[in-house]
Amino acid sequence: MVEWDSLENCCRLRSTEGSNPSLPAQNPKGLKDLWGFYYGKIRSMKLNLALAQINTKLGDVEANLAKHLDYIKQAKSEKTDLLVFPELSLTGYVLQDLVASAAHKPMEDDPIFKHLLKASHDLDLVVGFVDEDSRHRFYIASAYLSGGKLVHVHHKVYLPTYGLFDEGRFFAWGDKVRAFDTRFGRVGMLICEDFWHASPPYLLWLDGADLMLFSSASPGRGLNDNEKLESARWVERVNKAYASMFTSFVAHANRVGYEDGLHFWGGATIFDPNGEELAHGPYNEEGLAFSELDLNQLRRTRARLPLLRDERTNLVQNELNRILSRG
Amino acid sequence: MVDLNLSINTELAREILTGFVKSEVTRVGMSRAIVGLSGGLDSALSCALAVEALGAENVLAVRMPYKASSKDSLVHAQLLIDQLGIPNKTIEITDMVEPLFKLDPKISDMRKGNIMARERMIILFDQSEVFKGLVIGTSNKTEILLGYSTIYGDSASAMNPIGDLYKTQVRQLSRAMNIPEPIIDKAPSADLWEDQTDEKELGFTYEEVDKLLYLLVDQRYSPQEAVEAGFDEAFVKTVTTRIRRNQFKRMQPPIAKVSNRTVGYDFLYLRDWGT
Repeated sequence: MVEWDSLENCCRLRSTEGSNPSLPAQNPKGLKDLWGFYYGKIRSMKLNLALAQINTKLGDVEANLAKHLDYIKQAKSEKTDLLVFPELSLTGYVLQDLVASAAHKPMEDDPIFKHLLKASHDLDLVVGFVDEDSRHRFYIASAYLSGGKLVHVHHKVYLPTYGLFDEGRFFAWGDKVRAFDTRFGRVGMLICEDFWHASPPYLLWLDGADLMLFSSASPGRGLNDNEKLESARWVERVNKAYASMFTSFVAHANRVGYEDGLHFWGGATIFDPNGEELAHGPYNEEGLAFSELDLNQLRRTRARLPLLRDERTNLVQNELNRILSRG
Repeated sequence: MVDLNLSINTELAREILTGFVKSEVTRVGMSRAIVGLSGGLDSALSCALAVEALGAENVLAVRMPYKASSKDSLVHAQLLIDQLGIPNKTIEITDMVEPLFKLDPKISDMRKGNIMARERMIILFDQSEVFKGLVIGTSNKTEILLGYSTIYGDSASAMNPIGDLYKTQVRQLSRAMNIPEPIIDKAPSADLWEDQTDEKELGFTYEEVDKLLYLLVDQRYSPQEAVEAGFDEAFVKTVTTRIRRNQFKRMQPPIAKVSNRTVGYDFLYLRDWGT
């Protein structure tokens, strides 16, 4: 388990004077520039993170739940604190007209989620599902579950509807990008196309997320003479870039298997706040990728590279206002 | 001419394509496949991929010669059968198609070719029931785009592992998978009549047309941009016309919509629905 000191105190740095007031501005209580102080006060903060790259049965939520529970059991035996499943892990990806019948609510009285909520007493979980709101709009969603409770739901805000993708035809667009607090610190979740756009990870960063949990059902494409598919190279490149630019942990869980001719490539990754790769799951195979995250790395990296401290959010806001008010 | 590299990572291709065959066969509760082995390269590669995916004993190779078929075709198919050690059958189609040919003394080679391709389809889907295996497709991306096939004939299958590989990529992957040299080296042919070759009939080589198709289709070049990239204008026109006119071979026939929910328009499920 994580030994909890205060991530607030140790890991988040203050925003610059006059920046966006919504940025967290903690007072590093009594910090002294003494090595002895650090040795004495800053306890080890470790998070055992696991990413499940699973195959799914298209539209068969019960069968997929059974697989989730198997992986949860396995992850638990490996002393995992947090287990992340891919996009639409409970349903499969190309749902088309199966969307309505695959939808569930992340509540205790839901026949699928009651099992997952129960399992979240042992370890925190991120699962992918179709969320149906009270007015029957359907969203591609990720739920963060912990201690038997729903902590946060993210609705995918970018639905690719071009090329081989047709999500906008079947799903409603999410309209929030919010970080949230967990027992491991502040976390943000995004789903696939969300992080193909630079703004959602940027917003999560400003909203306090130090750990970004990305999930995908990414169809492989772009076979050439390179070692990896173009789609895999692109995703790994931007994940590494976000970790580097936002001096944050970035984890990505992608599914495997096939749906008709589409092939999902797996290759889960975890990058640390220096942009270094901590874990890389295999391509095209089911499995769990594990890494022990040393959350103190956030502090060390940001002490060296204060990009968060120096981020000029007011400037961004002013320029955005100007750009968006044109014409 | 722009410098184009169509070469592929054959290890990765092999992994993805064998995974595809295995997934599509096993998810419907089956374990076997069947391939019509012509003696040519496309069917040899599809067969080798199926064997790697499912195991030699689970892939049936069916040879279906006509009396005018090249003798080399049978020999070359045998080379692959021996190399892979797979169950096989030879069913000659001459006695099945000749009565139909005789009904019209003026029947053209093209009609004969189409009849033979469809006869082979009938046999494969019948043997599919006998062997309890799914029919593996053997059409490559070049011929699918050019429409160089018989609709409901050689284009018919239960799944196609090589349909997104250009002919030159089929050659590259075939080399990596040790397909016998004589099959790789010979001129591609539908073998519907004597001395027929694909390139003679099409009027250009696969090497040339694959590069043009790669620009037009994969890289989304306009025909004009392809000409500016160094391709002959008449060649570009021939190829773009072929692509457009053969769209019908790449689709299910359109259904006239009258109801609120119609197969193909707004009744949308993948074939892998529920699996």
